[in-house]
Amino acid sequence: MTIWDLHCHPASFGGRTPEESMAELVKLADRMGVERLCIYLSTLAHTDPTADQLRQHNDYILRCVNHFAHRVFGFVYVNPNHVQASLDEINRCVRDGPMTGIKLWVARRCNDAAIDPIIERAAALKAVIFQHTWLKTGGNLPGESSPMDMAVLAARFPNVPLICGHTGGNWEIGVRAMRPFPNVSVDLAGSDPTAGFTEMAVRELGARRVIYGSDTGGRSFSSQLAKVHGAAIPDEARQRIFSENLKEMMLPILRAKGVRL
Amino acid sequence: MNARQVILDTNVSLSRYPFRRLPLDETPKLVAKLKQHKVTRALAGSFDAMLHHDLGAVNERTARECKEYGGGILAPVGCVDPTQPDWREELRRCHEAYRMTAIRLHPNYHGYTLADSAARELFADAARRKLLVQIPLEMEDERTLHPRLKVAPVDWRPCAELAAVGPTLRLQILNCRLFPAIKAKNVWFDFSMTEGVHGIRRLTDSVGTSQVVFGSHAPFYYWESALLKVTESGLDAAALCETNARRMLGELP
Repeated sequence: MTIWDLHCHPASFGGRTPEESMAELVKLADRMGVERLCIYLSTLAHTDPTADQLRQHNDYILRCVNHFAHRVFGFVYVNPNHVQASLDEINRCVRDGPMTGIKLWVARRCNDAAIDPIIERAAALKAVIFQHTWLKTGGNLPGESSPMDMAVLAARFPNVPLICGHTGGNWEIGVRAMRPFPNVSVDLAGSDPTAGFTEMAVRELGARRVIYGSDTGGRSFSSQLAKVHGAAIPDEARQRIFSENLKEMMLPILRAKGVRL
Repeated sequence: MNARQVILDTNVSLSRYPFRRLPLDETPKLVAKLKQHKVTRALAGSFDAMLHHDLGAVNERTARECKEYGGGILAPVGCVDPTQPDWREELRRCHEAYRMTAIRLHPNYHGYTLADSAARELFADAARRKLLVQIPLEMEDERTLHPRLKVAPVDWRPCAELAAVGPTLRLQILNCRLFPAIKAKNVWFDFSMTEGVHGIRRLTDSVGTSQVVFGSHAPFYYWESALLKVTESGLDAAALCETNARRMLGELP
């Protein structure tokens, strides 16, 4: 099976430089049979980054992408609390640079229309749009989106492909929240490898709306690969989840950038 | 990992998880999965032990299920709650009637801590009977628990002191997300919930190479998670999959 990983954070891999961290990440990816990696965030410390911090994160990822262009796709980190700075970063890193997606994390909930100019710009560039979501039993962070927030965003942009990061963590709720929105795919990454997750996602959304990701280095590749390797689903669905769906989503921007697979 | 490597899985559970059905929560299906991956033995507790009051019935069912449907690879693991009346009889039955070699405790679901006197008495009795004592620190990520049943993980910190109860006490910590600084020859850890970059290596660095054993937490988790972790670790698969566990069970010196 060809495996592309939607969700990787290279900064957790040690090393004195982004290049060294990436080398370790790629070594483990090779060991686990992962061919391509989408990467974002240089550290996990800035939940509400300033404009300068956004640039620092994205500069880190640019170094990774430039050094491992044959293995890695970079997503630009943006913050709806700094819309103009985010648009500038999208222009710098996606329109004029090598990156192919955007990453929205926990600075501001995505049900807020303040995010809209960012979504519009990313959509115009055909960039992959990844929004972190969780629904934590103990309560979310103030700016952390739930799957229900994601549903509000998805309804505002019914023609824009979106990715619901982590499927909301509490995936039994997240899958249901995304079910009415065919423009939304779900990311399997970053929760425990609880059996039944992938089967439910395929049952309720169809295999075309489910994408493998790991959330390494916060997670291992192993626990997240197991969600797909271990799921009782047809092999055709497994291949879709492991790479075909992400490839199809990325194809327009890769073509626009002249990237050949 | 050598394709012929056999596996001793120290952490599986039978019956129904209280909050969802799981694809392999029928014993024959679980056993088929284990055999498919060359598991030659699995220590099997019961999800029922988390919340059922009648642990006597739970333990009897676990023993019977392993005998009837275990395919020769399931070893039953009973549960004792030291806050219940006459818990020593439960311990006796586990050991003498069902020939169990291990018990699995759920302090966080049963409402006691490892520092409580009741727990210490149970550990002492288990040590006298030479039973392995397994303690899952949690059964599910706190963030995904049912909102009407929030159960905090077990505080593992008294374990170091408990390990000194006597040389015959053998403790195994299951479902541990942390890298605890416990280096004791009679305390082992499974890696079912070990995560992050080089997670198993960090765990072995923390608790000792010989103290880490294979545990899948199946069928709650996809069984493949544990197997893939062995591959990802790049460490000695035979030790992780088999020999460390056999030493824990007293089968190897």
